[in-house]
Amino acid sequence: MRIEPVIPRPRKKRSLPSRRFAVIGAVGLILLGILFFRLWSLQIVTGDKYLAEANQNRTREVRVPAPRGRILDRDGNVLVDNRTSMALQLDPIEIPTEPAERRELFTRVGEVLGNDADWVRRKYLDSIENDPPGSPITLDRDVDDDIVYYLQEHQAEFPEVQVNRIFVRKYPQGLLAAHILGSIGEVTAEDLEENPDKDLAAGDTLGKTGIEQTYDDELRGSPGDTRLQVDSTGRIVSQLPSTMPDPGDSIRLSINEDVQVAGETSLQSIGLPGAFVAMDVNNGQVLGLGSNPTFDPSIFTRPLTQKQVDDLYDEDLGAPLFDRAIGGQYPVGSIFKPITALAGLDGGYISPSDVVNDAGTITIADQEFDNAGKQAHGPVDLRRSLEVSSDVYYYLLGADMNGTRQLQDWAGNFGLGKATGIDIPGESEGLVPTPKWLNEAHKEEPDYYDPWVIGQNIQFAIGQGYFQASPLQMAVAYSALGNGGSVLKPQLYLQTEDAAGRVLKEAEPEVVSSFEMDPAYRQDIMDGLHDAAQAPEGTSYKVFGGFPVKVAGKTGTAERQPKADQAWYAALAPADNPEIAVIVTVEEGGFGADTAAPVALQILQAYFDKQAKAVSGGTGSVE
Amino acid sequence: MESSRLPRQAPEPRLNLLERVGLAGMDGWLAFSALGLLACSLYTLYEASAANIVGAPEQYVQRQALYGLVGIVGMIAVSRIDYSRFRELRVGIYTFLCASIFAVFAFGVAARGSTNSLELPFFTFQPAELGKLLLILALAGFVIDGARRGSEGQRTIRILCLGLVPTGLVLLQDLGTSLVFAGITFAIMVAAGVRWSHLAAIGVVLAAFVAFVLVALPAAGTPVLKEYQQERLTSFLSPSSDIGDAGYQQNQAKVGIGAGGTTGRGDQATQSRFGFVPERHTDFIFAVVAERYGFVGAALVLSLFALLFWRALRLMTLSKNFYGTLVAAGIAAAIIFQVFVNVGMNLGIMPITGIPLPLMSYGGSAIISTFLMIGVLQSIHIESHAAQRSPWID
Repeated sequence: MRIEPVIPRPRKKRSLPSRRFAVIGAVGLILLGILFFRLWSLQIVTGDKYLAEANQNRTREVRVPAPRGRILDRDGNVLVDNRTSMALQLDPIEIPTEPAERRELFTRVGEVLGNDADWVRRKYLDSIENDPPGSPITLDRDVDDDIVYYLQEHQAEFPEVQVNRIFVRKYPQGLLAAHILGSIGEVTAEDLEENPDKDLAAGDTLGKTGIEQTYDDELRGSPGDTRLQVDSTGRIVSQLPSTMPDPGDSIRLSINEDVQVAGETSLQSIGLPGAFVAMDVNNGQVLGLGSNPTFDPSIFTRPLTQKQVDDLYDEDLGAPLFDRAIGGQYPVGSIFKPITALAGLDGGYISPSDVVNDAGTITIADQEFDNAGKQAHGPVDLRRSLEVSSDVYYYLLGADMNGTRQLQDWAGNFGLGKATGIDIPGESEGLVPTPKWLNEAHKEEPDYYDPWVIGQNIQFAIGQGYFQASPLQMAVAYSALGNGGSVLKPQLYLQTEDAAGRVLKEAEPEVVSSFEMDPAYRQDIMDGLHDAAQAPEGTSYKVFGGFPVKVAGKTGTAERQPKADQAWYAALAPADNPEIAVIVTVEEGGFGADTAAPVALQILQAYFDKQAKAVSGGTGSVE
Repeated sequence: MESSRLPRQAPEPRLNLLERVGLAGMDGWLAFSALGLLACSLYTLYEASAANIVGAPEQYVQRQALYGLVGIVGMIAVSRIDYSRFRELRVGIYTFLCASIFAVFAFGVAARGSTNSLELPFFTFQPAELGKLLLILALAGFVIDGARRGSEGQRTIRILCLGLVPTGLVLLQDLGTSLVFAGITFAIMVAAGVRWSHLAAIGVVLAAFVAFVLVALPAAGTPVLKEYQQERLTSFLSPSSDIGDAGYQQNQAKVGIGAGGTTGRGDQATQSRFGFVPERHTDFIFAVVAERYGFVGAALVLSLFALLFWRALRLMTLSKNFYGTLVAAGIAAAIIFQVFVNVGMNLGIMPITGIPLPLMSYGGSAIISTFLMIGVLQSIHIESHAAQRSPWID
């Protein structure tokens, strides 16, 4: 059997083109496959994520400032309002980091505003230093329309510059109540840190002083957000639905505009530094409160120059920014006497009918104490002592009460020696001197403080010596006298209203403390004060003698060496059932009756005129 | 049936018509895919300008249509020439190729960051675009030319050198185009049957060279690439949030594509509309398609490229001679390489290299040159056996 050799059949070799065709084709298919897979993964698998990213990409959220609430007086007259202003701001994100480029930007922007690069640079550095990071850098406010239009037309050249509509405070009544209203300012880094719960952001404004500060939460409102659709260069393409800003609520103050105007204008007409406080004795509402010299609150709506700042604090100009009504601490002189009298009566040191012979001067513990001008008043009882303001009567009381806390306690009863709690910042506590305090102070600073001697209590009895109080504290004390023993917290706040005028919240009177006062003693004192104001021999008869409403009033002439005497006047009216307490002080004003009493008269006149008008439908007058 | 009673129509008149307009023997699917892509390009540019896309004025549509028209005429004209004639002209073509690239050094004008164009009357011409076709035609000719000379290694080195000379010249002008030149050279070597071991060696040398240029030299303080080139090449690895940065732009294109989803966002396509996607009419036109028309639109474009690639590659085996095989391989590779690099760049998986998307990206030189490539392919088809069997669609 022949075995056929197995000849291997030649394997059919595929041609070169078809082999290499397969290779190139396979590579091409793999590449296309990669693209398809990637496309599918981007668009189908993770498309939603990228859609969200794209939507977020083209929107920019802009905080829209809320108009701040208004501040009104008790009758609804607007004391503080808003106006819109065009502010020119630099977007901090857009500012180049390269020094040369930055310089170039500052030069260009400065040119438009009519300033040089250094001016812009100072604003920039100032903002970097003081404002929270990311705050727009405000270059100027109330920018002229010309500049606004120019920038809008040339926006492409100034991508870093924004012209934003901002709200600026405006004061329709000018300088009225400047010390009460306070000012607002841009949020600082510290503000943000201290108020984490307040939804504040860089560039917001915040109340910095006065009512603006105390009631900032009510006044501020909440800003809205505008979502803007922008292109890749940040140019605004369109506006998307936004949250509207929620305007702040308005604050109505207890200020009686007539009283406030009367107090401010009459005080100003004297031309000396001074203050006044008018207060409702029954609920603590402040009807008027002012300090002279005053300032224009609108200066705070623009950046202050160094000269403006200096002037506000300049002692030679009377430190206009200083609110003497709440922050001034003075000896109050004779207007303190009713408190000494009550302390003496309460302690049994004297009775209303006891008579002291006032020879115009008295020597106690080898020291001579004089009446003003050593004037002798002859025999005086309690009522007479107030009418003619006998110092000798009170010197003796002070001497008798030395070694006890009687006088100090009664000063404390009237709220003296501690802050009243008024709802604007900046009040002083005053000082009620005690032997313990003075002796300790003497130990620490022997050159400055003398040790306690009987003379300290004697001086204290007539509101002198180390005793100090603010006009506001005296108003609270006289209110307590007027209402029969309640020390009230003075309040400027009356109510909160929404933008439509609906009342959201009302003030409630707050009694800080109260004390017992024998009604008979109180009546004697009120009689004495009435005589002082309206009996022919009273110290302020020449001012109040013809005033139709029964007034209880006390002059005061405090010694403030080396300055000239400080004039005081304290009044309660009507004397039989007091409604209003008025305190006026004029630094270096001499006798209380000469300068302080006429201001108090104007205030009471305004108060009762207005009351009469309200009763008779606007035609009556007190006279 | 009534129709059966009608006299039968002879195929003759149709043939005559095609012949009369010079379309006889063309590959219909090839023409369809090329024209389809041009149509997609025009539609996208038209919609983009109608939707007020930033930086997409109407003139792009009109001019692109004009370029397309010129390209189609050119394609038909070239398809009537027997491509084998180009083999004979290989030295002239190669000389012209190098000379035109040199001319750019001498008279070139800058466009988009690199000097790669010649200012001609009515037209700014980029020699490197036409150069892709010229390189294919010449290099394929040289392969045939030297097929029997020297050892295999010598032949490989010869082709490599002939390919790398223009590649190197273009590299000095435009990184992206030089990559295409390198890809063409490599593809023709693959099609020419160069040993796998040689190809692998070339690959290793190339990888070492790239590492040297991108890593070693910059580290030694003498960067070869310009800083912006280096940044573009590496930015896709680390998308940046810095506006104006190459990585940021590429990331925006990716976001736009992703946002397109399945069916696209139409006129709500904010990424391309508001300028977040850069170079919307040129390098990143694919991102515009993908955002506006979604996966459906983008997949259609990729499918047309797949069709084009397949029809081109198919000519490798249909070609009447080996020259045609090499040319078809070069053109198919050139197109698929550009598609991959460009679309990959859009999708964020390839670096930014400035390679246009064939037949889609706006630009006269690229559109016309690509149609001329299609014309050469048509010529291969017409001359092939396939064309003898079926005159129109086989």
